[in-house]
Formats: sequence, C-alpha cells, structure tokens
Amino acid sequence: MSISIDETICNGCKGLPEARCERICPGDLCYRKENTKAAIRDQSACWTCACCVKECPVQAIELRLPFQICSNGSSLKARLKPDKTIWTVWDAEGHQEEFIIQAKWLKGD
Amino acid sequence: MGILPIDTDILIIGGGAAGCFAAVEIYKKSPGCRVVVMEKAHIERSGCLAMGLNAINAYLHAGETPESYVAYVERQFEGIIRKDLVSSIVQGLNDAVKDVEKMGLPIEKNEDGTYKMRGKRSIRIFGERLKPILAEAVQKTPARVLNRVVATNFIYDGTRVGGAFGFGIRDGSFYVIRAKAVIVATGGASGIYKPHNTGEARHLLWYCPWNAGTGYAMGIRTGAEMTSFENRFIALRVKDVNAPTGTIAVGARSKQINARGEDYLECYYKHWGGNRCLTHHRLLATVEEKKIGRGPCYLDTTTLNETEERRLKEDFLNMNPQIILLWATKEMNPRKKPVEICGTEPFLVGGHCQAGYWVDKDRRTTIPGLYAAGEVAGGAPKKYVSGSWVEARIAATTALEDIKGMSLINTGEDTIQREKTRVLHPFTRKAGISPSEARERLQKIMDEYAGGISMNYALHEERLLEARRLLKSLKDRMKDLVAVNNYSLVEALECIDRIDVARVLVEHLIYRKETRWACYQTRLDYPEKDNRRWLVFVNSVYHPKTDEILMVERPLCS
Ligand code: SF4
Ligand code: SF4
Repeated sequence: MSISIDETICNGCKGLPEARCERICPGDLCYRKENTKAAIRDQSACWTCACCVKECPVQAIELRLPFQICSNGSSLKARLKPDKTIWTVWDAEGHQEEFIIQAKWLKGD
Repeated sequence: MGILPIDTDILIIGGGAAGCFAAVEIYKKSPGCRVVVMEKAHIERSGCLAMGLNAINAYLHAGETPESYVAYVERQFEGIIRKDLVSSIVQGLNDAVKDVEKMGLPIEKNEDGTYKMRGKRSIRIFGERLKPILAEAVQKTPARVLNRVVATNFIYDGTRVGGAFGFGIRDGSFYVIRAKAVIVATGGASGIYKPHNTGEARHLLWYCPWNAGTGYAMGIRTGAEMTSFENRFIALRVKDVNAPTGTIAVGARSKQINARGEDYLECYYKHWGGNRCLTHHRLLATVEEKKIGRGPCYLDTTTLNETEERRLKEDFLNMNPQIILLWATKEMNPRKKPVEICGTEPFLVGGHCQAGYWVDKDRRTTIPGLYAAGEVAGGAPKKYVSGSWVEARIAATTALEDIKGMSLINTGEDTIQREKTRVLHPFTRKAGISPSEARERLQKIMDEYAGGISMNYALHEERLLEARRLLKSLKDRMKDLVAVNNYSLVEALECIDRIDVARVLVEHLIYRKETRWACYQTRLDYPEKDNRRWLVFVNSVYHPKTDEILMVERPLCS
C-alpha cells in the first residue's frame, strides 16, 4: 500500500467539480467513488509522491510504503500553511514526530 | 469525441520547470503574446519536481568562472558535451535562480544575503512547493493552461511544426492546437527499463513515472535529429526509496562504505580518483563491490548527531518523503544504521545526462518552428533544474524573435482525422494487448538485451541486435493495444511512445563501439574508451515512411 484514505475523515471535497486529490495527483490516480469518498485507482501505479497527502484539507490521506519495501507500518501526513508545511510521522513503535518546514516566502517576508 | 481547435502564438508542451519558466518569460518580454501551456497532469504538481526539491545543483558560486564550470562538465562527461550549450546555460544560472527566489522559493543564505554554499556548485533550498510556486507565477500571466491534456504528435506540414495534437483526459476531446512556434519541454523518459522495484512498488521510481518520453517520441516521429541517447542515466540512490545520496553525501558529508565498513572508493578505486572520482565511476565502483561480494554498500550516516539527523530529515521531506517512512523505526534510524545505496534502472534524461533533441545555441531543433528546453534538449548535461530554466529563457526568446511576421499553418482535415484515428485506435478494439502487458514486455526486453539492472548495465552487440529485433516486432503488435477508459488510453499511448524511444536508444547503443561512460554506456565487446575514433556525437533521424533510423555523426564543437 502506498496511500491509505480514511473514509471516516474524507468529505469528498463536497461542492467542488473535482476533488482536490483527484485534481492534483500527477498520475491521475485519485477519483471520487459513487459514495463521494475518494479512492485510488491502482496502488501499484502510485509514485508515493505525497502530493495528494499534502493537498487534502482534512488530512484524510496518509502516505505509507508498499510492504515489500518496508514492513514498519509507519505513516506520514502533512498539513499546509500558507508559508509552511507541517509533517507528522508515526513510527513503528507508535511515536510521533513533527516537522515544521518553511515552504514559501510570502510577499513582504 | 469532439474536435477542439485552438489557435495561439506559442504553444508550450509540458508545464514542468522548463515549461512554466518559459511561459513567464514570454509574457515578461512580450505581454501581448498568446501562449498555451499543454500539461498532461496539473501544473501545480506535475513532472519530476512534483515531490519537491531540496537543492539546486547548478549554481555559479563566487570563485568559479563560466569556463571552469564548463570544464568541470566536460570532464564529468569524458570529453563529450556541447560546450556552446553548457556555456550559455552557465551564464544564465544565477539570474534564473534569483527570479525563482522572487517568486517565493526559500533558499538558505549567509548573513550577508548571499546563498550559502552547499557544495561546489550547489545551494540548499526549501523546495517542497517549488512546483506550486512556479505554477502560481504562470497563473499570474494570461497564459492559457490546459491541464490534463496529453500531447500526442506535432502538427507538421512537411516543412515546419505548426502546433500539436492532444487528448483531453477529462473531457475526452481531441485538441488541435495551432501555433506559430512550439516549445517542447516535456521531460525525459522513465519506464523504458524494468524497474528495480516490482509489483505494488513498481512505480517507486527515481524519475516521474509519467514522464514517458512523449516529447522525444513526438520529435522522433517527426524526423527531428536526436543526440546522445546512448548516454543513459543511472542514478546512485538510497535503495528502494530512491532518495538522493547527495543530500547525505554533500549535505551531511557522509562517506561511502562497503559491507566491511571500508571506504571502498579510497581503498580500491584510487585509480579513478577515490572519493573525488566522476559520478559514473562512483556508480561503477558500487556495482563492482556488489559483484565482488563486498556489498551491500552504504552511506555512513552513523557519525551524524541529533541536530544533523533532524536537518537531513527535513531536507528529505522537501524532496523524497518516502525515506522518512523507511527510517521511522528504531532499527532503521540513520544514526544507528548506515543507509544502503544502489543503482536504479537506466533512464533517458537531458538534465543529468544529455539525451535529447539536437539544438542550436538558440534552442532551435532541426525542425523549423520547434524549440526544445529542459530535459528533452540534448547535449547539455548537468543542467538540472536551474539550467532548464535558463534553456527555457533562451528558447522563449528565440521563439518570440522567430514568430515575427509568421502566420499559422493550414492543417488539412485528413491530417487531423489520421491522428485522431491513431490516438483513439485502442478504444476500437474489444480484445487484444493491455497497456500493462505492453509495458512489461518492453521493460523485460530492455532489461535483458539492452543493459538493464539484471545485466549490471553492460551491453554487447549480439544482445543489442536481439533487442532491435524484439522491439520491432513489439512495435508491430501495438495495433492490438486495448484501452477501456481515458486513463488506460493514456497508458496505451505511453507504451507506443516508449517503444519509439527505446528503438532509437538501442540504435545509439549499437552504434557507439567503445565504452565512453561506464555503466551509462558500457560495451563488453569494446571495453576501452577510444578518443581517436569516438570523440563525436552520435545522432539519429527516424524516417517514418521507411520505419528506418538513420545514424549520423557530428563533430564536437567549441
Ligand atoms: S482531498 Fe481529502 S477530503 Fe477531498 S476527496 Fe480527497 S481525500 Fe477526500
Ligand atoms: S501519493 Fe502521489 S502518486 Fe500516489 S496517489 Fe497520491 S498524488 Fe497520486
């Protein structure tokens, strides 16, 4: 598995003609199912680029690695601020680590 | 499927680093110009920089001159580069970086405001949002961006390129875009060779899996001259997750060690320069260690302290978030366990190596009306992202100059129908070959007969001739490709493009009868570098009527 979408969190980007994850995925892999929840077309086609993870406004998507590469069970989520990206990593032992990284200079900085 | 005609002045194919920069540049110089950007994905996160970037590796720091920079690239590429192209790039690097900084890209600086030196030609950036930043700059211009439209072929009247055809992935439309000039900026080719990861991890590639070499393939099918396809690129990366080793080696100054803990470059490969050897020798040494039985090889990260570890993780989150997942357990912590490295499968790129269109110093290809910038432009290796921006600037300037007084070409109804039929053909079939079958076949042929990972990248005539034969028959089977929806139609078109590119690649590999760039191009039957005979460019032109690939040699120019 490369990404996992939590259907209890996903709101289907209601009201938007295209879901945000669907709009952004460079491989055109995300789509909305009939129940309006997001899904991935083909896990094996995922680049694990985390673009959809960053784009989801409610953090419904987490990044994982395919089991053949990593059996840790670790996962990664992201939140975007106008000028920063906040990452949260959950490791195999259940610990959580956070990174807050400058991602853009806003005008006037 | 409806036909959607669009007329414009300049069409840019590919909204990646080069394409976005070109669009911005055109409006800076000529605000009244009409520009269309055709993008297969969405320009905010498309192409090889979709994940982000943590360093710009082509920058001219104080102390280095354009001449010393060109000499460095020439040495790295064993004497074969287009010095005129590299030199034009070097002169524009710093201005281009400044421009992107102004768009909002954070760059690490010294107290005096200069960029902090990360490596000799490198600066550290916080580029997680590099693509959105470039896209935002484009969105501020009047350029018309067509997201989710994939280019299929150039519009060509036999004398010049006057636009391109495209397939709309969302609306299913067939786009006929006429332009006075076309800048191709699509990126290089991944997926030609069997990848090092398979099954569910088959797309954990170093390079963007959707850079299918379409820009090359369209040029090939139009008869544009291509150069140096045999100069393949194989990246030395963190095993499985492809994180760049430079972030650790340059950023954190870690040494390369083998399974015995030896600094193997210094111990065994002093004749190539030890730790100061060329990039491809670093890879070759790692492959040799594996063959001899002293592998796996690692980057020794155990000397890092906690602050350095954190900084390293931040750098990777800006570019390769996957490695953070790999490290997210006690026993894989980089301070406890060195990081394993190995070579990827071969790729075709003009940004690290020099496969691409043969261009003049103004980035005109050999076909009038067609300009190339970035990964698809050949002859100028190690241009990376900043060099791609410079090329975009040059191509944009040339195109603006050339379109003065130019009119649009006439596209005959039959030409449009022919291309539409070709593109939609996989929809008309009920049963046949699926895109994944075609892809796997291609990748297996290339891996086994054209120097993939399973052959330790090595090549020789007999296998290459078999690759030539197998690819020809694979191409003939592509009329049986089946697509069931728009997504799989794009996959099917990618297969066709990749096969066209692979066939040209194999001809280049057959033609150069020496070993010029170890691993990238190692001939077992011609193991020596032969400067008397082969200090030349190997170029090719495809003839669609006869389905022949004609090889030509070009001398090195100063
Ligand atoms: S972006 Fe998030 S909320 Fe919107 S559809 Fe995708 S997963 Fe659901
Ligand atoms: S991780 Fe990247 S490739 Fe995978 S589904 Fe998300 S956006 Fe698409």
